[in-house]
Amino acid sequence: MDDRLVIAGKAYGSRLLVGTGKYRDFEETRLAIEASGAEIVTVAIRRVNIGQNAGEPSLLEALPPSRYTILPNTAGCYTAEDAVRTLRLARELLDGHSLVKLEVLGDTETLFPNMPETLAAARTLVAEGFQVMVYCSDDPILARQLEEIGCVAVMPLASLIGSGMGILNPWNLQIIRDRAKVPVLVDAGIGTASDAAVAMELGCDGVLMNTAIAKARDPVRMGRAMKLAVEAGREAWLAGRMERKPYRASASSPTEGLIGRTAWPG
Amino acid sequence: MELLLRINGAERRFAPPLTVAGLVGALGVEGKRIAIERNGEIVPRSRYGEVELADGDRLEVVVAVGGG
Repeated sequence: MDDRLVIAGKAYGSRLLVGTGKYRDFEETRLAIEASGAEIVTVAIRRVNIGQNAGEPSLLEALPPSRYTILPNTAGCYTAEDAVRTLRLARELLDGHSLVKLEVLGDTETLFPNMPETLAAARTLVAEGFQVMVYCSDDPILARQLEEIGCVAVMPLASLIGSGMGILNPWNLQIIRDRAKVPVLVDAGIGTASDAAVAMELGCDGVLMNTAIAKARDPVRMGRAMKLAVEAGREAWLAGRMERKPYRASASSPTEGLIGRTAWPG
Repeated sequence: MELLLRINGAERRFAPPLTVAGLVGALGVEGKRIAIERNGEIVPRSRYGEVELADGDRLEVVVAVGGG
């Protein structure tokens, strides 16, 4: 059965997207991401450390763009202008690659997105030909506006970035998912495998996470756990869960043929 | 006459004339996967050899790093 995630016309086998931050070293990054099965990996853009980088290995050597779809992000940007500049640099860095992750933050403590700046940046980027996957609040109206602007995926938070608090408002995610025509990916807040499975069971098209894998005691093993969780949740969604019957049990075993009773008819 | 450039937020002095390609060499980032913005505009890699830097230019030189 062909069940691929299609973003901006390109199909991916994995519905798990991962970040590349907070790992001990590039080797751990490489192994954990390999175990996760992710094909799209997001990277940050930062000033080069002048004078400190001779012969230093680089992230893109551990995660070659020939093997992974590199998704540059604007993590740390607090204005539309900084986000747009960062992604213009990223496009040059990645030889014209236009699939990007936009995030414009509004607060250093909660890292909550600044949605007016996010919308402004999205407009500029779409006009400049970028394919924008956008980190956003879980407001269905703002998600719709981002879709109308031309974003190729909307990525509402499950809970605060790096908090591991899981899915705090499944109902909003469900509303966004039910109305969106572009893929909806849960981005931020996943803590463990069951959170990822729940996101997929809600019908989300994918999950993006970083800290849940990178800060697990065994990141490589957690990478694999997340791969399985996303697959399991997706399969459950496609299979269609049973009806919820809160007040009525339904036995799984036959109700006839129990011992010690009068046979019927007889 | 010196060339005063602000690179990644820090002032550095160079002897003119200096192209972007010359600067990349001077910074020791040759062959690395970088991108450069000059006074708010991207300098395409294909033009490093021909773009000459001017006194007071503001440059951002970036790489991809781990992040989420």
